[in-house]
Amino acid sequence: MKQYFKDTWDGIWTVLIGMKITFKHLFTPAVTIQYPDVKVKLPDRVRNRLYVNIDDCIGCDQCSRACPVSCIEIETVKGVPGEDLGTTSNGKKKALWVTKFNIDFAKCCYCQLCVFPCPTECIYMTDIYEFSEYDRNNFVYNFSALTKEEINQKKTNFEKFQAEKEAQKAAAAAKPKTDTPPAAPN
Amino acid sequence: MYQYFYNLLGNEIAATLITAAVPLVNVLLVALIGVYLERKVSAHMQDRLGPMRTGWHGVFQTVADFIKMLQKEDAVSTEIDKKLYNIAPVLVFTGTFAAYAAIPFSSQLIGSEAEVGIFYVVAISSLVVAGILMAGWSSNNKYSLLGAMRSAAQIVSYEIPTAIVILSMVMLTGTLSLDKFSQMQTAYFWNWNIFGGAELGLVKFLLIPFMVVGFIIVFISTLAEVNRTPFDIPEAESELVAGYFTEYCGMKWAMFMLSEYGNMFAVSAIVTILFFGGYQSPVGYVGDLVGADWMIPLEQGFWFLAKGWFFIFVQMWLRWTLPRLRVDQLMSLCWKYLIPYAFVNLIIIGFISLI
Repeated sequence: MKQYFKDTWDGIWTVLIGMKITFKHLFTPAVTIQYPDVKVKLPDRVRNRLYVNIDDCIGCDQCSRACPVSCIEIETVKGVPGEDLGTTSNGKKKALWVTKFNIDFAKCCYCQLCVFPCPTECIYMTDIYEFSEYDRNNFVYNFSALTKEEINQKKTNFEKFQAEKEAQKAAAAAKPKTDTPPAAPN
Repeated sequence: MYQYFYNLLGNEIAATLITAAVPLVNVLLVALIGVYLERKVSAHMQDRLGPMRTGWHGVFQTVADFIKMLQKEDAVSTEIDKKLYNIAPVLVFTGTFAAYAAIPFSSQLIGSEAEVGIFYVVAISSLVVAGILMAGWSSNNKYSLLGAMRSAAQIVSYEIPTAIVILSMVMLTGTLSLDKFSQMQTAYFWNWNIFGGAELGLVKFLLIPFMVVGFIIVFISTLAEVNRTPFDIPEAESELVAGYFTEYCGMKWAMFMLSEYGNMFAVSAIVTILFFGGYQSPVGYVGDLVGADWMIPLEQGFWFLAKGWFFIFVQMWLRWTLPRLRVDQLMSLCWKYLIPYAFVNLIIIGFISLI
């Protein structure tokens, strides 16, 4: 019988304690951050969308090879001698035209492994994380600065140069044969 | 109210419709504001913000939800008992709404001045059980059926302590009319039944502890009757999807929601009338001070709504404080605790009122 009354009292009393706690919380400020209006400050080393500073890129393909999901596609064309490709900001001479530098962010796993091997530090993580798209194809970001005409021009330039070189080589290979007079029969 | 409009218009039907419109508007407003308040109260009790983007602090959230609900397709599964399925939401809402007929919003604003007010309310709100059972059975869905069965068991069990406490109050006051209940607890809060009623004397002070016990019992058991947490096992989301109205959508579902919030206000009103003076002001009337008689019914309406909303708030407060009871805990609370206490309370109040 004593237990019965104690149980009743405990039941009412503990409910009141609980109500006191929830009532306190009714007036504590909410912890909600209203996201699109208010944004959380990101940590310094946060990993989000990649950016490629194509002016500094030397087309070494190291980032593409480091990528575990192969989301970086790079194609390059060699520059012809005499053509000025400029230098990177840390003084390296560029030797390749980067005709294609595509990153597919639908595949990218934001591991940052591509960032470390870059010799010119031209690929790095930014703090942009809002880039959702309606079409999956829009996730393929093209970083190459060259236009299609330019790319074709560079390609034909290089092919011409290559052909010329071939021709020269062939000529060089052929010349000594023609140049050296056949041994005169004694 | 009815008489006033009847004299004004001279038409029975028009007068009836106008009289019926008042509680209907009240129910709609309770649902509209109640859903918003529920979200806000629950959010702030959990240190969140709740709806914030529809209008200022999300005030139009329920309106937007309502418009969305109107546009919804009335999806009906093929394996249902169509007649019962369609009647059930109407019946549930009717049961809720019919209870308002006897509830006095103020001394002038009362649907029916029937002498059997409280008895009628207790009886008519049992119609809800039939509706819920119909909904659960006709849906042909195991969750709906389980929910309906639980609901029926729960409502039938908890009507006993409610009825016993109401009986003790009826014994004390000697009337069944809700209007007379309110009138007897004249203005000023120390005349309320929870403080022993209007008559000064030894009886008044003897009654106070038993009135508090009665109030706690009736509050708990009405909470269980309207299927609110911690007694929401009929619609336990985590176990039964949505309980007896799992298969409903669109406006039929909205009717269940409407009746839930309507019920919340109805039981708050009953508790208010039984123990907290009904429409009587706790601090006297401004109308009396300035000598404007026409102000008094308006003030009474205000106090009645204020008390009703306070108890709705307490119901929400409890909902976000307590976890759901198990079925066996629910039954043991009713049969082992509430009913014996209510019964002993009844006997003691009977003896005290003999003094």
